[in-house]
Amino acid sequence: MTKVWVYADVSPTGASPAALELLTKARTIGDEVAAVALGPGSTASAAGLGEYGAQTVYASDDAVFDEHPGQPAAHVLTGLVADHLPDLILFATSYDSRDVAGRLQAKLRSTLMSNATDVAGPDEASTEIQGGTKVVAVELGGFEPKLVLMRPKSVQAEPSGGTARVVVVEADVPDELKKVTRVERHEEESTGPKLEDAKVVLAGGRGLKEPSNFKLLDELAGAIGDAAVGASRAAVDAGWVPYSYQIGQTGKTVKPEVYIAVGISGAIQHAVGMKGSKRIVAINKDADAPIFQLADLGIVGDLFSIIPHLTEEIAKRRA
Amino acid sequence: MQIAALCKWVPNPQGVQEIGPDNFVVRSGVEGALDPGDEFGLEAALQIAEANGGEVTVVSMGPEDAVVAVQRGLAMGAAKGVLVTDDSLRGADVLVTAQVLAAALRRGSYDVVIGGVESTDGYTGTLPVTVAELLDLPSLTFAKKVEVSGTTARIDRQTESGYDVVESSLPAVITVTAGANEPRYPNLKGIMQAKQKPLERLTVADLGLGADDVESTQAVTSMRDAAAKAGGEIIEAGDDTAARIADLLAEAKVI
Repeated sequence: MTKVWVYADVSPTGASPAALELLTKARTIGDEVAAVALGPGSTASAAGLGEYGAQTVYASDDAVFDEHPGQPAAHVLTGLVADHLPDLILFATSYDSRDVAGRLQAKLRSTLMSNATDVAGPDEASTEIQGGTKVVAVELGGFEPKLVLMRPKSVQAEPSGGTARVVVVEADVPDELKKVTRVERHEEESTGPKLEDAKVVLAGGRGLKEPSNFKLLDELAGAIGDAAVGASRAAVDAGWVPYSYQIGQTGKTVKPEVYIAVGISGAIQHAVGMKGSKRIVAINKDADAPIFQLADLGIVGDLFSIIPHLTEEIAKRRA
Repeated sequence: MQIAALCKWVPNPQGVQEIGPDNFVVRSGVEGALDPGDEFGLEAALQIAEANGGEVTVVSMGPEDAVVAVQRGLAMGAAKGVLVTDDSLRGADVLVTAQVLAAALRRGSYDVVIGGVESTDGYTGTLPVTVAELLDLPSLTFAKKVEVSGTTARIDRQTESGYDVVESSLPAVITVTAGANEPRYPNLKGIMQAKQKPLERLTVADLGLGADDVESTQAVTSMRDAAAKAGGEIIEAGDDTAARIADLLAEAKVI
């Protein structure tokens, strides 16, 4: 009997898409599949989690998990692990889940693998290295439960049509674990779709030369419609755009219908986050840029001339 | 105020890490440097020390060559360094590394422990919180802005859709995202002074850890090439370039 759990990120609007991907994977390896959802929206998300394969959802709607991120969730999850002894827990590579998984590892002294692209069972997972050119299988030793953080979009979420039994969990959190408090929330103004959801991703790199030139990509995204703007690590490290734009090994994974890399050389760190895109267009003035090896259509030329023309061309076709 | 900055030496941070026959990243006889991601943590640490008074200690685990990374931190302005080097740590996984760093940090008394978000070679992205839990400390993670004053720390924490303002009492562990600040470039004076600053070298035994504490729980069992991509078409830009890209977008049914 293999017990596989999914630590599900939830909000009042429901379970995260990543949680449904993890449950789809969990069904293929576990005889028993459960989800743990902590924080406002958890019990309301249980039906959705059940539909993707959770037979049981351990849920608490308590605001403590939202007000004091990190330690309370790790504490309650540790208690659930002690009570039910799962063999494997899958986590999404989200900001909150990474914190909970890291703390859980210290409490349980279990192995923790990050960036997994596939999980064969509690004892084996795989990941891609060297820009996704090599796949390595990793044996997970030590105590159960094994902890695995999966890269987003490694699995296509598919419903199982199941229903979950909801087990309400007591949020018994000592005060000394409430030292961290979320005091404000800020949503960044975004007019278009999210980077992970957009049909077209336009990613800018050092070749844009100045932060203000990202507006060329914004204008193109506006002309296309269902398009979002991202960036290479080099552009983020330079402070041109926030970390939330970053696509790559450190950063987001995107798999759009069309990916357009603009002034990105295509360092191996970048490739990991975008090579699963259906069609890849690369625009770079350097014919030797590694990005061209990934491109379906590679254009050697001046982005400052090509991008405005493309924006115009699309606007013309749309008219 | 005492601040520890967690720093990692990584081989060839801008390129591809070579994998040896034992399936470990090759870390000896290769060019390496301070992980570029850690420079943001170091810069944040130095700014906190400047604003509040106090000093920064660079804390690192790595092979002999890792002294380069520690010295870079000292040249940027840290007061002293701690480097844990031990043959038994070769191929250490994230839990082993966290236990070693936690043990090294317990020898000091730090108000703030700062790290990058994830390393450029292993990119596990969980180590600082594991250290925090081992030290029983709160953590403020994914900071794109850090303010420390008196006994509290306040950060702007990156979220999927914006940022949250999150606060904690000190002592605490803080992780800083790339681009959160502009890491200073060491000047000649800093580089010269770095050589005179105290650098403590420790082994696993010095930290009071046993063989069980440094045993990794992960091993690479196989490695294969990922499916290669079929070659695409590479063209020089011309008058019809915009039309070609627009055609591709139309084929993909996105315009």
